[in-house]
Order: sequence, then C-alpha cells, then structure tokens
Amino acid sequence: MTEAGRHRVVDAPLAPPAPTAGLLDVLGRRYLLKLLVRREISARYQGSFLGFIWSYINPLSQLFIFWFVFGYIIGRGTVDKYAVHVFCGLIVVHFFTETFNAGTRSIVRNKALVRKMAMPKEMFPVASMLVSLYHVGPQLVILTVVCLFCGWTPDPLGMLAFALALAIIAVLGTALALMFSAANVFFRDFASAVTILTNFVRFGVPMIYPYTLVDQRFGRFAELYLFNPIADAVLLVQRAFWVGSTDDPDATIAEHIPDDLFVYGVGALVGSVVLLGIAQLVFTRLENKIPERLS
Amino acid sequence: MTDPAAYDADTSIVVDHVSKDFTLRYHRTAKQMAVAMVKGRDISDTFSALDDVSFTVKQGESIGLMGLNGSGKSTLLKLINGVMKPDSGTVLTRGRIAGLIATGAGFHPQLTGRENVYLNAAILGMTEPETQRKFDSIVEFADIGRFLETPVGNYSSGMFARLGFAVAIHVDSDIFLADEVLAVGDRPFKRKCMEKMQEIRESGRTLVYVSHAAGSVRKMCDRVIVLEKGRVGFDGPVDEGIRYVKYDEDSTKPEDQEDDELGSDV
Ligand SMILES: Nc1ncnc2c1ncn2[C@@H]1O[C@H](COP(=O)(O)OP(=O)(O)O)[C@@H](O)[C@H]1O
Ligand SMILES: [Mg+2]
Repeated sequence: MTEAGRHRVVDAPLAPPAPTAGLLDVLGRRYLLKLLVRREISARYQGSFLGFIWSYINPLSQLFIFWFVFGYIIGRGTVDKYAVHVFCGLIVVHFFTETFNAGTRSIVRNKALVRKMAMPKEMFPVASMLVSLYHVGPQLVILTVVCLFCGWTPDPLGMLAFALALAIIAVLGTALALMFSAANVFFRDFASAVTILTNFVRFGVPMIYPYTLVDQRFGRFAELYLFNPIADAVLLVQRAFWVGSTDDPDATIAEHIPDDLFVYGVGALVGSVVLLGIAQLVFTRLENKIPERLS
Repeated sequence: MTDPAAYDADTSIVVDHVSKDFTLRYHRTAKQMAVAMVKGRDISDTFSALDDVSFTVKQGESIGLMGLNGSGKSTLLKLINGVMKPDSGTVLTRGRIAGLIATGAGFHPQLTGRENVYLNAAILGMTEPETQRKFDSIVEFADIGRFLETPVGNYSSGMFARLGFAVAIHVDSDIFLADEVLAVGDRPFKRKCMEKMQEIRESGRTLVYVSHAAGSVRKMCDRVIVLEKGRVGFDGPVDEGIRYVKYDEDSTKPEDQEDDELGSDV
C-alpha cells in the first residue's frame, strides 16, 4: 500500500486552523454571508401565505396605530404631518431593535453550525443586522410614497442625513448584537433582557413626541438627550423626510431640528465605531468557550 | 508559541503540548446554584479532555485515531479543524480541512438538504460556481432521493451522515477528518465510504480516521495514535497500535472479517 504518486505538495502556510481576524474575516467571506442572510430572510416568511407582503403590512399597521391613538384620539399630534414624524422614528427604532434582538439570539439559533464548523462566529450577528437592514427597504418605500404625497422633494443634505442615520444604527446594532450574542450563549437570560430593554427604546427617541418638547422641558439637559445615538439617528431621518413634507420646511428646521445635528450625528457614528471595537474585544474573549457551551 | 517555520515543508498537522479543559456545570439556574452554595456543594468543576497531547503528521499520512469513548478523539478533531481552540499549546495545520466530526455534519435542522449542501460547502470554503458544478455529484453520492427538498431535521441519522459525508468528500481539501463516519449508515454506504476514503488517501491528502473497527484501520492507515483519558497512550505502527487498544479486551474474534473492516462502529 505504498503506491507512488501519493505525493501532494500543499502550497499553504502552516497556520492555526481557527479563524482569528474576527469581523475582518466576515468581510472576506461575503458569499457565505450572502447565503446566511438569504436563508434568514426566506425563513422568516416560511409557510406563510402572504409572505413578503407582511413586511409592508407590519409597518403600515404601526403607522396607523400611532397616528390614530396619539394623533387623533389623544390629540398629541401637535406637529405638522405627525404621522410622517412618527414613521421616521419607527424605521430607525425597528432597524435597531430587530438587529439587537435577532442578533442577540443569532449564535444560539445557529448552534448546529457553530458546534461543528470552523467559521468566524461574528458572521451570525452581522447577518442579523443585514437582514434587518433589508427590511428597512419596504418601510422606506412606504415612507417615500407618503412623503411625495405630502409635497416632499429629495435634497442632497437630507439624503446624507439618512445615510448617516443608517450607518449609526448599523454599527451600533452590530456592536450590541455582537456582545450580547456571545453573552447569550452562557446565559439565555440575556435574550429576554434585551427584549425588555428594546421595549424602552421608542420612548427615548423623538418619535411619539417632538424634540422641541425635550428642549422645552429639560433646557440645557436636552444636550444629554442628544448623546443617545438612536435619538440622533431618528432626528437625522426626520431631517431627511419629515422636514420636507411639512408645509414650511425652513420653519420646521428652525423649530424642531437641533442646530448642530450633524455634529451629533458624526459623533454618534464615531462612538458606535468605538463601541464596535470594544464589542469585538469582548467577543474574542468569550468566543473560545462558545462551541463547548452549545452542546 | 510554536514557530511554524520550525517545521518541514511537508508537515500537515502539528499538535504541540495541547490541553483542553471543559467546565462541567452541575447547576445551571440561579435557584439551583443558590441551593448548591448553601449546601456547600461544588457548582462547577473542570475536566481535562486533552492533556498535553503532542504529535506531528506529514502531508499524505493516514492516521488511525483510536481510544475508548470519552478519551478525547472528537475533541482533538475539533481542535484540528478549528471549531475549538486549545487552552494551552498550539495546533497548526496546512491547507484546507474538510470532514465529519462526531458522525454528523454541521447542518441546520430547519433547512432543506439542498440549502444545507450550499451552506455547508460555503462554510468549508467552496465558491458558488464550484458548488454548482459539484452539486449533482454530491447528491448522487448521498443518494437521498426526494428528501433533498425536505428539512434535514426530518432525516434519519443515516441519511444525515450520508449527505454530510458527500459534501465533505467533494471539498478539495488537503486534510480530511473522518470521525466515526461508519458508525451510522448501512452496509452499502459503508463500503462506498471506505472506497472514497481510500481514494482520498491515494490522492495524497492527510487523513485522520477515527474508528473502533480494527480491520478498517488496518486497511486505511499507516500509523495509529491511541488516546487514553486525554493523553497519548500510543503513537506508532498500525498493528502494534491495534494490539495496544485491544490489550484489555477479549482477543479479537475474527468471526466476521467484513464486520471487522466495516465496523460495528459504536
Ligand atoms: N462540550 C463539552 N462540555 C463538557 N464536556 C465535554 C464536552 N465535549 C466533550 N466533553 C467531554 O470530554 C470527553 C472527551 O469527549 P470526546 O472528545 O467526544 O471523546 P471521544 O470522541 O473520544 O468519545 C468526554 O468525557 C466528554 O464527556
Ligand atoms: Mg467521538
């Protein structure tokens, strides 16, 4: 059994077999990422008759509830085009909470893979973020249609604001999902805690109430409110879509949009990137024990 | 750290002073932990699954990894394929790795066979065109028929293993790990697997083959490593290794030669 021709020269370095570059490894494996994202998207509506239409029904119903309860019954809708004001917030809040919630559960949910296959585990929270980002699409379509109907026209600064808002939430959401997905392997309590935590998010952003209210009530402490990256992202989206939908955009900006919103926005992005770096460090420390804890 | 440059160019696997501990948790919930603490019992304990294991494997070598249940064979393979990292020591490998660990593939139970083939292949480093090209051949080897479109959670353990093995052998790997692949699956499939692994071996890939079936190890391997409670008990020629594992068992009963080869691999 010592046939000749069993010689094989492997042109690769001798290296540790486990992936070590964390999020950078994820960037290098875009095909796998695409498969994971596609799988999760199709899994969400598996066995459902209306399928993808739910992605439209869901935000529409929320929009209606907020408009009806707060704008109509309670009469809180003191700002012009209140429904658009709320919807701008909803998009951001949804994107964030979906990323955070699904991302936190992502590693445990994929334990069959994590237990046996060598792959960068950061893949799973990142995929959750991309799935949530994908679902921003239908909401954006609804928002755009409603805004156009209100006489909104796109402006470059507004689009920049929107892109900045998405970037903030994408990075912040990934950072939190990364940290909590690892923690959730050790104690499943984290997933439950995150669900409760995300319930509060919508009240900490100027969605149901306008930012002016915060400004009036808290005076100089309103600045602290703007240290919340999610609040900044909501305001940026409102700057992008709601402002242009109101009857007098200039007056709306002057009254409801903080002066240095973009400064806060860029600050929020930088802060989120720093948090992502910390999250990667935490993840790397916990990661070694993940496969054995899942069996 | 071990310096990769210190090894020859034909070194395929390096396991250098590797140890791996597991934490055994006796109590999982806050209530249980509180009760245990009050009663002064241990909450957790560490258990050494691998203890200072060292060996190197040359490219193209075929290793039979033997040892009793719980001796650390699967854990060692998990360290070699990078699912786990050692607590201390170094594992180095050269080239692509494919194979099956603890009989099953990393399949997602809710996905269909088809989806799992693509996902699994992607994780093992295959590109989309490469998978498409090999897809028919994979399905043919797995021979699971109509079940290709049903979730693998509904597969029998034999079908599950077949599909996993089919994907693994189609990866153009340099190292192939086979952990009790023959334990499940019927006789015709076992024979097919043996043939395939023989092919893999002849193509010059490094093979690490875990089995309790002495006959198949004898047929397949050039060297045997025996693990005993996480330590290397024996590392050397095949026949001697097989004798070493069987030292405390009643002598081999060569009643059914084929059974010995294909393994009643439990
Ligand atoms: N995730 C885990 N957590 C705790 N103990 C484990 C885990 N995986 C394996 N073990 C223990 O490590 C030992 C070695 O297991 P394994 O490598 O599967 O043995 P083998 O494959 O040789 O039968 C066993 O005693 C097993 O109980
Ligand atoms: Mg085993």
